[in-house]
Amino acid sequence: MPEPLPDPEQLVRSMADAMRGHIGADAGMVGIYTGGAWVAERLHRMLGLSTPLGHLAVTLHRDDFARIGLHRETRRSHIPFTVEDREIVLVDDILHTGRTIRAALNELFDFGRPKAVRLAVMAERGSRELPIAPDYLGAMIEVRPDEDLLLSNENGRLRLAMVTRP
Amino acid sequence: MMNNNLQVGPDGKLRHLLSTEGLSAEMIRRILDTADQFVSVSERDVKKVPLLRGRSVFNVFFEGSTRTRTTFEIAAKRLSADVINLNVAVSSTSKGESLLDTVYNLQAMDADMFVVRHSQSGAPHLIARHVKPGVAVINAGDGRHAHPTQGLLDMYTIRHYKKDFRALTVAIVGDVLHSRVARSDIHGLTTLGVPEVRVVGPRTLVPGDLRAMGVRVCHDMAEGMKGADVIIMLRLQNERMSGAMLPSAGEFAKTFGLTPDKLALAKPDAIVMHPGPINRGVEIDSSVADGRASVILPQVTFGIAVRMAVMSIIAGNEA
Repeated sequence: MPEPLPDPEQLVRSMADAMRGHIGADAGMVGIYTGGAWVAERLHRMLGLSTPLGHLAVTLHRDDFARIGLHRETRRSHIPFTVEDREIVLVDDILHTGRTIRAALNELFDFGRPKAVRLAVMAERGSRELPIAPDYLGAMIEVRPDEDLLLSNENGRLRLAMVTRP
Repeated sequence: MMNNNLQVGPDGKLRHLLSTEGLSAEMIRRILDTADQFVSVSERDVKKVPLLRGRSVFNVFFEGSTRTRTTFEIAAKRLSADVINLNVAVSSTSKGESLLDTVYNLQAMDADMFVVRHSQSGAPHLIARHVKPGVAVINAGDGRHAHPTQGLLDMYTIRHYKKDFRALTVAIVGDVLHSRVARSDIHGLTTLGVPEVRVVGPRTLVPGDLRAMGVRVCHDMAEGMKGADVIIMLRLQNERMSGAMLPSAGEFAKTFGLTPDKLALAKPDAIVMHPGPINRGVEIDSSVADGRASVILPQVTFGIAVRMAVMSIIAGNEA
């Protein structure tokens, strides 16, 4: 019997506790669509950041374009504050290979040159392929190669699920 | 009837863009949604994304057009492609080289995508039939046949201002007969479910057999304007007009030129579009072109995003 998956809402609360006092008052937070945005909305509220929350869509910087073409994405990146010279907290739900974060960093830098970028992820599943590590991590969750870890948002409540790859 | 099936592969993916005719509503919506992303790119500090890095886009214009070529060039450059502009009208063909020989030569220079304008209808289709697999052709206007990226940017503009196509009355006014833009717009609008598309102009420029395209034909300007949500003015194409199809440009302006009093017959929130370049005082009055209802300049801006969308979707499908 595998261990039950942690409660994402609890993971986000512990991340907020770890970040409190370490994130500057004028830091800007951006969440990566889709799951990262859900996590970022919660962190942003819990930390009471004064700058409005930003969102990133990473489609245009993905490195699998030459293999599988353009992803359909109807949401756009929207950052309602200046990125230039600001501390940025980049938020995603699950860190796997690190390629999404690489694409998000490229997207972010198209808006300006940040003073620093911190990475906050709710769960890390192992098998990174790039030198990218989180500064704030909710939990390490082991995932078998034939499985995927998915975050869903059911009526405003986050839920983690382990699903077998099709 | 030209074979537009060439542009969509057996897998349903876009391989070339030759015409808006034959594009599904779903495909058009995908292009417009993708263009949305690129509109936001154009508003950033860095107006460039790496999707077409390492690919070569050849703008091959057998017929001159500075503006369209420039917008394709900007679109390709914002996607990080290498862009090569060829004004073939004044080079090889004048030395007697055939269309396909020109294309084969450019293909030997490792072109990944051809953006083609030609005065002969069907020239881009011919090229698309003969290029190597993996090489794409985008029609930038062929004869009287089609100008699909202009049609798509018109759809984008209409969606931007009017949201829903299914309750609109759209009037296309002027030299419909010679206009590839009008044909591309009509196919796009009917596919997206616009209930009333009107073509408006004199009998010589708006022939009755256009009804076969599913449009209402109006030879009376007041009838054409009444209750319209969108007015697309076409340029009076003096250089295409052979013989006496019109008494004079002045006569046309008086009857079908868009003036404030004619615009007043349309809906109060109607938008006015024009593919450019505009002939002030002929098909459109200066006060309308510069007025509140005019979205002519936003069309140009959206055109870059729409061309970026088409290029990146096609380039991704060649993967």
